[in-house]
Amino acid sequence: MKNNIKLLALLALGLAACEPEFDKEVSESGFYSAGDADFTTYVAVGNSLTAGYADNALYLQGQENSYPNMIAMQFAHVGGGDFTQPLMNDNIGGLLAGGNKIADSRMVLEFDAEGNPSPVNLDEEPTTDITNTLEGPMNNMGVPGAKIYHLVAEGYGNIGGVGSTANPYFVRFASSASTSVIADAVAQDPTFFTLWIGNNDILSYATSGGVGVDRTGDTNPAGYGENDITDPNVFASIYNNLLTALTGNGAKGAVANIPDVTSIPYFTTVPYAPVPMDEGTANQVNQGYADYNQALSLFVLLGQIDEEEAQRREIKFQAGQNPVVILDEDLTPLKHPVTGDDIPNLRQTTSEDLIVLNASSFIGTPAGEDPTQINGISVPLGDRWVLTPEEQQLVSNAQTQYNATIKALAEQHSLAFVDTRAMLAQAAETGIPYDGGVLTSTYATGKAFSLDGVHPTAKGYALVANAFIEAINETYNSTIPEVNPGAYPDVFIK
Amino acid sequence: MIKRTYISAIVVLMTTFAYAGGYRVALQGQKQLAMGHTGVAVINSAESVFFNPGGLTFLDKKITISAGISPIFSNIHFQNSQFGWSTEADNPIATPFNVYAAYKVNEWMSAGIGVYTPYGSGVEYPENWEGSHLVNKIELAAIYIQPTLSFKINDKLSIGGGPIIAIGSVNFNRNIDRSMTNVSGERANVTIDDSGVTAWGYSLGLAFRPTEELTLGLTYKSEMKMKARDGEAKFHNIPSTAPGNYDNVTFDATLPLPAELAVGASYMINEKWLVAFDYNRVYWDSYESLDVYFSNGTDSHNPRNYKNSSVYRFGLQYIASERFTIRGGYYYDESPVQAGYFAPETPRNDSNNFTGGLSFNISERFAIDAAFLFIHFDEVDASYDHYQENGQNVPFGGSYKNNAFIPSIGVSYGF
Repeated sequence: MKNNIKLLALLALGLAACEPEFDKEVSESGFYSAGDADFTTYVAVGNSLTAGYADNALYLQGQENSYPNMIAMQFAHVGGGDFTQPLMNDNIGGLLAGGNKIADSRMVLEFDAEGNPSPVNLDEEPTTDITNTLEGPMNNMGVPGAKIYHLVAEGYGNIGGVGSTANPYFVRFASSASTSVIADAVAQDPTFFTLWIGNNDILSYATSGGVGVDRTGDTNPAGYGENDITDPNVFASIYNNLLTALTGNGAKGAVANIPDVTSIPYFTTVPYAPVPMDEGTANQVNQGYADYNQALSLFVLLGQIDEEEAQRREIKFQAGQNPVVILDEDLTPLKHPVTGDDIPNLRQTTSEDLIVLNASSFIGTPAGEDPTQINGISVPLGDRWVLTPEEQQLVSNAQTQYNATIKALAEQHSLAFVDTRAMLAQAAETGIPYDGGVLTSTYATGKAFSLDGVHPTAKGYALVANAFIEAINETYNSTIPEVNPGAYPDVFIK
Repeated sequence: MIKRTYISAIVVLMTTFAYAGGYRVALQGQKQLAMGHTGVAVINSAESVFFNPGGLTFLDKKITISAGISPIFSNIHFQNSQFGWSTEADNPIATPFNVYAAYKVNEWMSAGIGVYTPYGSGVEYPENWEGSHLVNKIELAAIYIQPTLSFKINDKLSIGGGPIIAIGSVNFNRNIDRSMTNVSGERANVTIDDSGVTAWGYSLGLAFRPTEELTLGLTYKSEMKMKARDGEAKFHNIPSTAPGNYDNVTFDATLPLPAELAVGASYMINEKWLVAFDYNRVYWDSYESLDVYFSNGTDSHNPRNYKNSSVYRFGLQYIASERFTIRGGYYYDESPVQAGYFAPETPRNDSNNFTGGLSFNISERFAIDAAFLFIHFDEVDASYDHYQENGQNVPFGGSYKNNAFIPSIGVSYGF
């Protein structure tokens, strides 16, 4: 009998260890197909979007939910190897350089006692110091802030150049002080790559309200300022060099184009007429602009401006919601016919103007000690707060040319092409449905964009990952599974 | 002796169980389990307190006592090919138990008591797995205590019954939704925990012996509603400024333990062979929704919409010698879960169940009863479609493949 019990116990253990198996296990190789591509070594090259930047910071959870990391986890089903990223210390975000803060902590949504939410910086000090360099190479070569010409810039990871020619994020994992992003990427001998670059070549101009210079026609990036628009020919030439380098060993890959920067919440959240006013206040404010308005008709008589511009420049507040007063450098410069003093280039915003997100906490604040001097009302907003139609046109011109280049070179190199521009347009226009609702470009509540109004949430990055996967499957006859945007976080509450 | 066993069994019960349609656990006697858990019309020991309280007066012996435990080794494998998900649950080993005693007061009346565990569930997925918004971990248990009286109406007919007090406990953890974390990246989740929940019900049985060889039986157990009141609800990793109160929260919830009707027949073919059939009907339609009401004003509604289900049981007994009795059986267990309500906390489809076992008579009075049950589920594609986000149903599904192996051991004593 004892033997029987032993036998039974043995049988129990044997069968308990017998895990149920599916006829076809998704976790086993062969369930999905890599098609014509080899995903063994995947390297992602790009800027903040590739790094997983969100909420105005790079932080751990954002990196874990970067679109390259999502893609790499799905590549693992078809032979993809490990995917390393230059991980931050924690979820605080921000950077130190030798103990000094050089980038702020991430933004989170804070609810006050009444339950009203507002975006704030996490009140913790960054801990990730760029002097603590990481052992590379990193499969994720996304460098926040990088423009196209930075990818080929030698010394971009030289700590001595931080603040001028180098990038603190690249300093953390550059293989040497003299290397470039593309050199470190190619050195990994990737079998597959993604490249999403060029956003910052127009975005920094746009987010700075167009304070930079359109460098179209200037082919020497060495002279560019940080808020300038990169020359489309420079873009095309470097883009081709990047693809030539990345495909040099026969690697396949996917490239993405540049979305319309002007449809992101950073530009669409603050309305062009954000100032509520009663009639009494409006009359009072208008008095301050009476001389200016009168002078306009004089300049029309003098033939210096036409009637249309005079109307455009007229400052008039009334009861209800009012546009703000701005300085617009594209208006005709005028001088007082008698005193010769400059007449300010004032006008009020129209629905064509895009007011930047940060202006929401600036408009309506006192400009100084004098309580009648109010920003956006009695004191005009400077260039940095508004992207005017003329400035938008410059952005759009460059973007159109960049995208033509990306599309043409993708075809030329037989790469998968990801139309992120169309995707963002859909988010802005109708929203993109997912299994838990619709992701839109509405600030915070739309869930597609993080609190900086520029970078996607993890849900938004999941849409990007799926767009890449779809294009890759189509181009290389692979069957890589998609990710589920609903399973990823969006806006974080403090 | 009974008392001591009972107490130690409760200690063992710190881990709980799974497996049978819904959260029903059909492991109430080793001899019966070995025969496909038939027993409504098989009257040979104190297990009749559970299987058919009407049959106690037909027991030959003055006193019969039996006790046993049935550790459950269960496995759940889940995958979703759309997203490439693959997850295996790491279920705790659960230990349902049973203790019965019957005493022949006189020729026409018997008394008995049973302590057994007919409902329970123990499922544990890897933390934050793909379905963590539905369940990370659940432990449900109910212990039934049933004093019983049985009366012989005549030589062929006997009836019996008794009140049941059910003592239940629940511990259930899941994530708040599919993605919420605090600023440290830890997933927001809630654990509800309550124990010592009681409910009253009853069991009635009837046994009929038209001939020496044939026995017919019928047993009914009433529904009991386990009402957890002011249980503990612990919220973890909720963002600190999120509106709402998440400290010192309690919860109310009600879980039905459904009524069950069993009819059966057994036939003694000759001195060695006995064959038995049972049919069980479990009235699962009382389980419409798992609704949890929290004291902070929030609630959670989880439609279940179970349907009544049937179990078809077949068992065979062979008395090989004075010392050995060998048993075997099979049953088919219909799942009460309807399409679109396949929740991973009880991921069960229809199952084929294979049983076997033997009794070894150490002496005239004392026997050891061993049994095993293997539960085989076919691979099933199923989903739970009634989880909501933003007022919209978000289905969660894929393929499930489960099995369970349950060895069971007990002792019988009678004179």
